[in-house]
Amino acid sequence: MNSFSLADCTTVEAALSQLKDGAVVKAGGVDLLDRMKNGTDTPKRLVNIRNIQALRGIQSTPEGLTIGALTTLAEIADDPTIRSHYTVLADACGHAATPHIRNVATIGGNLLQELQCWYFRSAEFQCIRKGKEQCFAFSGLNQYHAIMDYGGCPSVAPSSGAVALLALNGTVELTSAKGKRTVAIKDFYVQPDANPSRFHVMAPDELLTAIHIPKPAAGTRSAYQKYGEKESHDWAIADAAIVLEMDGNICRSAVVAMGAASPVVRRSREAEAALTGKPITAETARAAGKAAMTGAMPLSLNGYKVQLFPVAIYRTILLAAGQMDRDPSAAG
Amino acid sequence: MSGHQPPQNELPEAQPKAPAPAGITRRGFLKGAGVTAAGTALLEGVQVFQREASAATPSNVKEYGPDQFPVTLHVNGREHALHIEPRTTLAEALRIQLNMTGTKISCDRGVCSSCTVWLDKMPVNSCMTLALDAVGRQITTIEGVSADEHLHPLQAAFVRHDAMQCGFCTPGMVMSCASLLERNPKPSEADVRAAVSGNLCRCGTYPKVFAATLDAASQIARKA
Repeated sequence: MNSFSLADCTTVEAALSQLKDGAVVKAGGVDLLDRMKNGTDTPKRLVNIRNIQALRGIQSTPEGLTIGALTTLAEIADDPTIRSHYTVLADACGHAATPHIRNVATIGGNLLQELQCWYFRSAEFQCIRKGKEQCFAFSGLNQYHAIMDYGGCPSVAPSSGAVALLALNGTVELTSAKGKRTVAIKDFYVQPDANPSRFHVMAPDELLTAIHIPKPAAGTRSAYQKYGEKESHDWAIADAAIVLEMDGNICRSAVVAMGAASPVVRRSREAEAALTGKPITAETARAAGKAAMTGAMPLSLNGYKVQLFPVAIYRTILLAAGQMDRDPSAAG
Repeated sequence: MSGHQPPQNELPEAQPKAPAPAGITRRGFLKGAGVTAAGTALLEGVQVFQREASAATPSNVKEYGPDQFPVTLHVNGREHALHIEPRTTLAEALRIQLNMTGTKISCDRGVCSSCTVWLDKMPVNSCMTLALDAVGRQITTIEGVSADEHLHPLQAAFVRHDAMQCGFCTPGMVMSCASLLERNPKPSEADVRAAVSGNLCRCGTYPKVFAATLDAASQIARKA
């Protein structure tokens, strides 16, 4: 790891005053230290926000939920309100990484961890994401890469928290010296075709300070499951966040969101249409899983994902609806 | 002129570096000599340097590095004075500077959890924690789970069940499982599996780790 200076800040204002001259923000530090050890990131200065107590904690209000950006994944996964009313988020945070990483990794850092692509995350490869011309994944090893909406970069959205927050219509609060703004998760990440060297819309002088989630309608049920190469620690190779607004056994509206299918977390309107206004059954769940693969264009080594995603979506719809147990072969 | 040793007399004196005279390691110096007169003068010099640096920055911002600076780490109930850089990880500080080599570094990326220690009783990966972030917190390592030369009941159960093969993952396994027993004295096997779901064992000794942990839980319950 390169040598650096560190500014340890205990207030948001202090941290904002330090966001200049290429300084990089560190919270839990899990993804940042990983990239610094890999040599892809070599900041000369870190701004440590880990000790800003005001950015920790979960607040439940009649309108919904506000989560401080430094709240850890373990705290979110264990919170009784989130487990019962925002289950999809507790599932996603509780099955990310490992127990020890979840004790340290923050929800803000989870949303801001860099894309998953072993070429992008290696200092040896200068790719389109780093401002160069070439992508090494199209003609190289791409078994874990994207199957849709990838344009010129088939890297994969890394954050399972973002998949759940997209499904819950979450927003992030961005704070700068000029004030605050909120951005919906659906607008927070940049499609590679729009600008391959930008991952999200945050400006260098902004800090992600909170996450807001509107209260789900009565009768909402939700779940998240991920499937991986390994039973734990690994990022998903297929995943599904499902939110069902139920009226008896009729689904009034459905959200089907995926992370490991594309560089930006996405909803499948086709899958949602296959559920809306219908009872949740094995048949409708299976049809939704199949519909979610509309537009899939797998690469040379990841055609298996086109089979795996429909299974993940089918099983997670039935899990959300209370018709199936958590899949023992799911990861986490 | 040795090609391996830096010429000591060329170190600029004003730099707040830890002393490293030829033949004496920093670890040996701090442990053996304690705070010598020279050490005291140096530490005071560094503290003055730190105060001057922070005077130029707003309150609520503390400046560190990039050079070494003195800190105190609370490890296993004892205070240890050492010099670190901002980039020093907790695993490096424990192993290299404090000579507590029970904590293992395998992947150095948070993947394998063989470097597991507790920060205020919470298990974390010391390889992905900056030593600076552990200042002011109670650090517990594998050297600190046993008391008065007696094995922790979990360590004894690991011996009884032969719950190790090459042994490299064992300190991390013990720290993860001992933490589980503190939080949940009557775990199910599923609880133990979840607690070590981040601990990689390439030998595949997991079934004996589960058995040892469940056995330790029942031993502790019997004594209580």
